[in-house]
Amino acid sequence: MAATASSASIPFDEHSPSLRHSLDRRYVVAVIGNPNTGKTTLFNALTGLTQHTGNYPGVTVESALGELTVEGDRFLAVDLPGTYSLAARAPDEMIAVSVLLGYGKDIIAPDVVLYVLDATNLERNLYLLTQIIEAGRPVVVALTMIDLAHKQGIVIDTEALERRLGVPVVPVQATRRLGLPTLQQALRKAVHLESCPRPLIQFPEVFSREIDTLILSLPRTNSAPALPRFLVDRLLIDASGSVEQELVRQFGEEVSREARIARERLASAGIEVPQVESDIRYRWIAETAEATVRRPLTASHTWTDRIDSIVTHKVWGLLVFLVAMAITFQSIFSWAAPVMDAIDGFFKTLGMHVGNFLPDGPLRSLIVDGLIGGVGAVIVFVPQIAILFGLIAVLEDSGYMARAAFLMDRVMAGFGLSGRSFIPLLSSFACAVPGIMSTRSIDNYRDRIATILIAPLMSCSARLPVYVLLISAFIPHRTIGGVVGLQGLTLFAMYMIGLIVAPPIALVLKRTMLRGESVPFLLELPPFKMPAWRVILFRMYDRSWAFLRRAGTIILATTVLVWALSYYPNQTRIAEEFHARRATATAAEQEHLAIEEAGTRLKESYLGQAGRAIEPLVRPLGWDWKIGMATLASFPAREVIIAALGTIYNLGNDQNEESVELRETMRAEHWPDGRPVYTPVVALSIMVFFALCCQCGATLATIKRETGSWKYSALTFTYMTSLAYIGALLVYQVGSRLTGA
Amino acid sequence: MKRTLADLAPLQEGRIQMITGLDGISQRLSELGFTPGQTVRVVRLAPLGDPMQIRIRGFNIALRHNEARRILLDQV
Repeated sequence: MAATASSASIPFDEHSPSLRHSLDRRYVVAVIGNPNTGKTTLFNALTGLTQHTGNYPGVTVESALGELTVEGDRFLAVDLPGTYSLAARAPDEMIAVSVLLGYGKDIIAPDVVLYVLDATNLERNLYLLTQIIEAGRPVVVALTMIDLAHKQGIVIDTEALERRLGVPVVPVQATRRLGLPTLQQALRKAVHLESCPRPLIQFPEVFSREIDTLILSLPRTNSAPALPRFLVDRLLIDASGSVEQELVRQFGEEVSREARIARERLASAGIEVPQVESDIRYRWIAETAEATVRRPLTASHTWTDRIDSIVTHKVWGLLVFLVAMAITFQSIFSWAAPVMDAIDGFFKTLGMHVGNFLPDGPLRSLIVDGLIGGVGAVIVFVPQIAILFGLIAVLEDSGYMARAAFLMDRVMAGFGLSGRSFIPLLSSFACAVPGIMSTRSIDNYRDRIATILIAPLMSCSARLPVYVLLISAFIPHRTIGGVVGLQGLTLFAMYMIGLIVAPPIALVLKRTMLRGESVPFLLELPPFKMPAWRVILFRMYDRSWAFLRRAGTIILATTVLVWALSYYPNQTRIAEEFHARRATATAAEQEHLAIEEAGTRLKESYLGQAGRAIEPLVRPLGWDWKIGMATLASFPAREVIIAALGTIYNLGNDQNEESVELRETMRAEHWPDGRPVYTPVVALSIMVFFALCCQCGATLATIKRETGSWKYSALTFTYMTSLAYIGALLVYQVGSRLTGA
Repeated sequence: MKRTLADLAPLQEGRIQMITGLDGISQRLSELGFTPGQTVRVVRLAPLGDPMQIRIRGFNIALRHNEARRILLDQV
């Protein structure tokens, strides 16, 4: 089977014109291997600064892409997701299979496969390699972690291994750039020779005959070529696996039936599927290890074992875990804060200066309040995203993340998730946007979706100002039993609401729309190592940029929309009225008039009209139309409520949660019958609403981006808004009866 | 009663007899190297008792008791 060196004739993904252009004269190298083999480090070392995330032609999920040039030959490298086997069960594994075989619409098969083989873990790593070799592409093996293997007393005879595998094996140390030139030469040679390795293992005669029969009996259209043999192997071995599902989708249930009959015939011949595959491969692997590897009789006590005995210890482990989580949590809160304030300040100042140059009117308002304010609202998230992803990268790359998942798994299993969901949920206490983005480390699709859907329930840092304002203004400064402050207790309760509501929701989701075959929790605990700085910095840059590019545009659009709703209809009547009043006002009154004008405009705007229209809906929550309108305005970003209240109460929009002026004004608000609008119960009702509601355009945009569909954004928005309304309703109806207010 | 990996206490070892079940979970266990004849060792349990840390073929893997029950061990 010759490699497709002239890939130009193959149709390309329409949204990657740069790929189409440059692939004309490029070879494709697919980098693949088990997880934790140093694959990403090697990929970085090979591709350097050309690395970026994008879509491999025909593949909808983004992968890391990069370029390298060896003596004039240009390569496009794609870093495929780490996997243990080509028996695809997870979407990640299916991508690897499709790319390796070039199977699927528009997918280009690689010209050479670069297999990353971990020297410390040779046997398990050889399993996938024996499968890859059967895919029938030229293969080059990079042997990594040799220094670690040496320390453990493991010696590998590279030449003997090379002879046994029938493909070049190049020892590399990516961080020190050792062996890279040899590896590049091997890749170059492989694409020029187009020599495909021969399968290493032989299935029993009966099995091969069964495959022949299956190929002939499978339904197919006349024009289509026969299915690749390797794919039929997978169909026969992986009962209800991804390959079977895909073929059923294309050709109908008959595929499943044929495969089942074939399996039954094999079983009666004494060959059990799927065990036959692992038995044969591991038998070959055992012989190979025997011939090529020398290891000490007693396994040495490694650093990893020593660290593990602390970090997974019943007492110390939990302590280390708490400290690690506290640092993560705190850093997103406090390290990001000064930068976020600086960004916020910068955009405010910029808006002011730009505003001074522009004449009063819609254009100025659009540019200052809509565009500059909107861009600021997007960029302000970047410090949190960058810091969180830096920390997550450190935790992952060092090997600690797997231990954290190990420690927390039992707790998360209680509501149908696994240990892997813990970090994304914890991160969401700072901000759901990076939290949702970090669910990519969850290998199971349904677990990942469930985690994404409950992440926005965690009380994020944007809710804090709302709590602070309402608590300090309306919750009595008293203590219960002289110990617990009522204000502190209320704040704690607000943080707990999400934590209490999220587990049952996850459970309901996992039992209904996300129900499916239970996935095992099989989590490798890799050796500890020093994190590679390049990996970490790249991740920070890449995640921040991805956020700005995708979510950013949507957030900006919604911000501009809310601006328009609060600005129009721009009634000349109001302008004229205030113009007349300004003419007679004293200098001291001028400023107050401007603020009052803004307040009047807001009340008369579409948003103000909407606020009044929904008043019947929010009255049962104990709210007046002003609160309803401020809440409406804060749907794109919840923290907007404070500025919105400032504008409504004619205080100007530069109010913050510490503002005494705003608190006093709110306390002075009365219903027409003289009762105060804001009571402690109303304040609680508002806070509970904000705690449960998904008032965050950025979150919804990120959910769309990460799940690839607006469906889940809509679901999150709907269920959280309903929950918030019911929660606030309960608080007000029960609370007002209890307090008699 | 068959002895399974889930029955081992921390620091105990056993030899795999077979993996029960024909579904994807059993297949994945086999692919990871849980094959007949292999020695498995329970390194420790997580603080809340589950999952367990297992050492096999020189690497560490966490799995829940629920999955470990599929791994039958030789009788001692």
